[in-house]
Amino acid sequence: MDKRLERILPKVQKPARYTGGEFNQIIKDKSSVSLRVAFCFPDVYEIGMSNLGMSILYSTMNSLPYVWCERVFAPWGDMYEEMKNATIPLYALESGDPISEHDVLAFSIGYEMAYSTVLDMMSMAGIPIRRSERKALLPLVIAGGTAALNPEPMADFIDIFLLGEGEEMNNELLALINTAKAEGWDKLRFLKEASKIGGIYVPEFYKPVYFDSGVLSHFEVLEGAPQRVRKRIVTDLDNVPFPINPIVPSTEVVHDRVNLELFRGCIRGCRFCQAGHTYRPIREKSVDLLIEQGKALLKNTGCQDITLLSLSSSDYRKLPELCDGLLEYCEPRSIGLSLPSLRADNFSIEIMHRIQKTRKSGLTFAPEAGSQRLRDAINKNVSEEDLLNTCRLAFEGGWNTVKLYFMLGLPTETEEDILGIAELANQVLHTWRLYSKNKNRGVRITVSTSCFVPKPHSPFQWERQNTMEEYISKVELLRKAITAKNVVYNWHDPQTSYIEATLSRGDRRMGKVIENVWRSGGRLEAWSDYFSFERWMKAFRDAGLSPEFYAHRERGKDEVLPWDIVDVGVGREHLWREREYSRSAEKHITDCRQSCAGCGARSLSGGRCDG
Amino acid sequence: MDKLRMKFSKTGRAVYISHLDLMRTITRAFMRSEIPLKYSEGFNPHPNISIALPLSVGCESVCEIMDFRLRTELEPEDILTALRVQMPEGIEVLDVYASERKVKDIKWLSVSGVFEYDERSAEDMLPELERFFASESIVISKRTKRGVSDTDIKPAIKSLDFGVCDGGVALNAVISAQEPTLNPELLVSALTQLEPKIAPDFAKFRRIQVFDAEMQVFR
Repeated sequence: MDKRLERILPKVQKPARYTGGEFNQIIKDKSSVSLRVAFCFPDVYEIGMSNLGMSILYSTMNSLPYVWCERVFAPWGDMYEEMKNATIPLYALESGDPISEHDVLAFSIGYEMAYSTVLDMMSMAGIPIRRSERKALLPLVIAGGTAALNPEPMADFIDIFLLGEGEEMNNELLALINTAKAEGWDKLRFLKEASKIGGIYVPEFYKPVYFDSGVLSHFEVLEGAPQRVRKRIVTDLDNVPFPINPIVPSTEVVHDRVNLELFRGCIRGCRFCQAGHTYRPIREKSVDLLIEQGKALLKNTGCQDITLLSLSSSDYRKLPELCDGLLEYCEPRSIGLSLPSLRADNFSIEIMHRIQKTRKSGLTFAPEAGSQRLRDAINKNVSEEDLLNTCRLAFEGGWNTVKLYFMLGLPTETEEDILGIAELANQVLHTWRLYSKNKNRGVRITVSTSCFVPKPHSPFQWERQNTMEEYISKVELLRKAITAKNVVYNWHDPQTSYIEATLSRGDRRMGKVIENVWRSGGRLEAWSDYFSFERWMKAFRDAGLSPEFYAHRERGKDEVLPWDIVDVGVGREHLWREREYSRSAEKHITDCRQSCAGCGARSLSGGRCDG
Repeated sequence: MDKLRMKFSKTGRAVYISHLDLMRTITRAFMRSEIPLKYSEGFNPHPNISIALPLSVGCESVCEIMDFRLRTELEPEDILTALRVQMPEGIEVLDVYASERKVKDIKWLSVSGVFEYDERSAEDMLPELERFFASESIVISKRTKRGVSDTDIKPAIKSLDFGVCDGGVALNAVISAQEPTLNPELLVSALTQLEPKIAPDFAKFRRIQVFDAEMQVFR
């Protein structure tokens, strides 16, 4: 180990997150590989090691014999300072080698608040942050992940974006890089070839042109690159590699358990939800394979908990069969099985009874809106009756903690809708009084509200976000309306949501803002420990851009949106239609299993959709 | 064969795994090897394992001891074989056997270490260190649960030898493991507090062996 590192590690918090050496890490002989990839997660180890996508792609990229893919995370503030003082560059965990020895920096960007950390990691690695300053083919900086579905805010920094699911696409790109490296191609020749691979977006070849008003006019597409880049998917989840030997962290991480992915996509189509639209079409894994993989994961990691992951677990068709199959293995070994993202219905409680025989953790539901009218407008198919029935069954079954999640600032929201949140919480409390088996233990109902952030590729992508003042007065209204002492109210500060709204729908000019924030010390901005609202405001001023333009402006139906160059499969017409439904008084609920709404995503999989 | 004991080493990158994280890491290794640890009774059952003399983060050891019990009877050699392949880098299972003595019988600990000096020469430091540690008593202030108190660490040092080595001054010591416990880092604290001029810029230690009161190797 590096002598300098040896001296600083005993001084920092949780040093085990900076050393590598965990069970199941992949070590290769440097001299036997031709391409070294630094797989960078722009947040700390504990977050990155809980990320299923990271685990999957670490495994698939390392399946190429000529590639050694290693993990890199952002150090926490104390380690960051120590590394700077000791002039230790950013290094990869497996080998301990500096990132400058790697050919490719591959970033997984899951959320917009990580943007400045991406720049910081490049800088810590000693690599120029702007792609225009990186003239040589290598090191190549590539990025994927949910936040890349609007690649424009980061387009000045990233050479290549990978849009969609990476299991196959990443390796196709790595193969091309390997050839280009071996044959000594220049960067332009390589980028041209890369732009022919499905799902690859090369920002160099797309030049945004703006109207005087600042609104985007169009993109000039260069070098024969495709007019729009279609996201990639893997069509058959049963036949795509899934790592059953994930790395077992030697220190505690955020989700200290193994993750089993049930399906991709979502049948629900909640109109505020980006993931529900961008992960389509729906593709389920077969139940037998899931049981087999779940057991193997537990066996190979020794973890004591397993989580079934998906956007809406209750919608997995064979959920009871799956739970039974896994419980057969878990129960005798005292392994916990948990199921987030359950819907508020009777079926969910039946499942919860099945999996939580002894320990009854709290129940969490997300009605999202306080009134039936607004739930209809956002296409959140949960009725008050469903929710209260579910709570009744839960209270009868011995549960006494319920968490309810809502959003403030949804399109068409009125005061009545906000007060409906307090009313709903009271109804839940009333249900507890009527049906709880053991009132002595008390009840705890937690209401949490977040601030709605309009997201690209969702039906609400055209909407204006509420101003911070509006949010604050809405929180105040609700806070006064929640009076019962068993109901606790938590709310999100609107500052982060405001910045998130500017970034998520930002265009290429936003790069200057992100760079300004990073230059004035902004990193790990998703953490309240480090987030500085003032720094963002100053960065906007210095870049000559208005944050209101991005967050608070309603876009016109035909306005060219910065992320229109990305085709996620779901058509713009479908999104607009859904937006119109949210405005009509008439209830218009769509769910893919009741009837296909023709969103367009099935064209990605040759017409196949498990919805 | 109710009570079992595992002897293991913790070196290299694994020295940064904290005591609590190590317990979890080892529990998972047992789960992977399908050796059924005995669990505690109660509402929230957890495996009954205990690691003697918690090791400071950053310190190496080739003589760590962990006691555990199983739900079924297995041969120690089979346990050893199964566990060895399940450990993360830097943790090596050295031995598994039925334990006969209690951990509280451990009295002495032999440690080796290196004091690193960046600007000063090890040759110059060596006699100074020998002189310092030859004093009748070495009273330092230690932070305890009750506040700061003065302690004489000298009685807790059975032997201490220095010699120049690559990178600084090497030391070999036998110090009290329990009652009182002398963390070898206190040897550095003593210098920092009483004679900062000869305090090293960095020090690292390795536990070599555990002994009972009669200086017999503890098993």
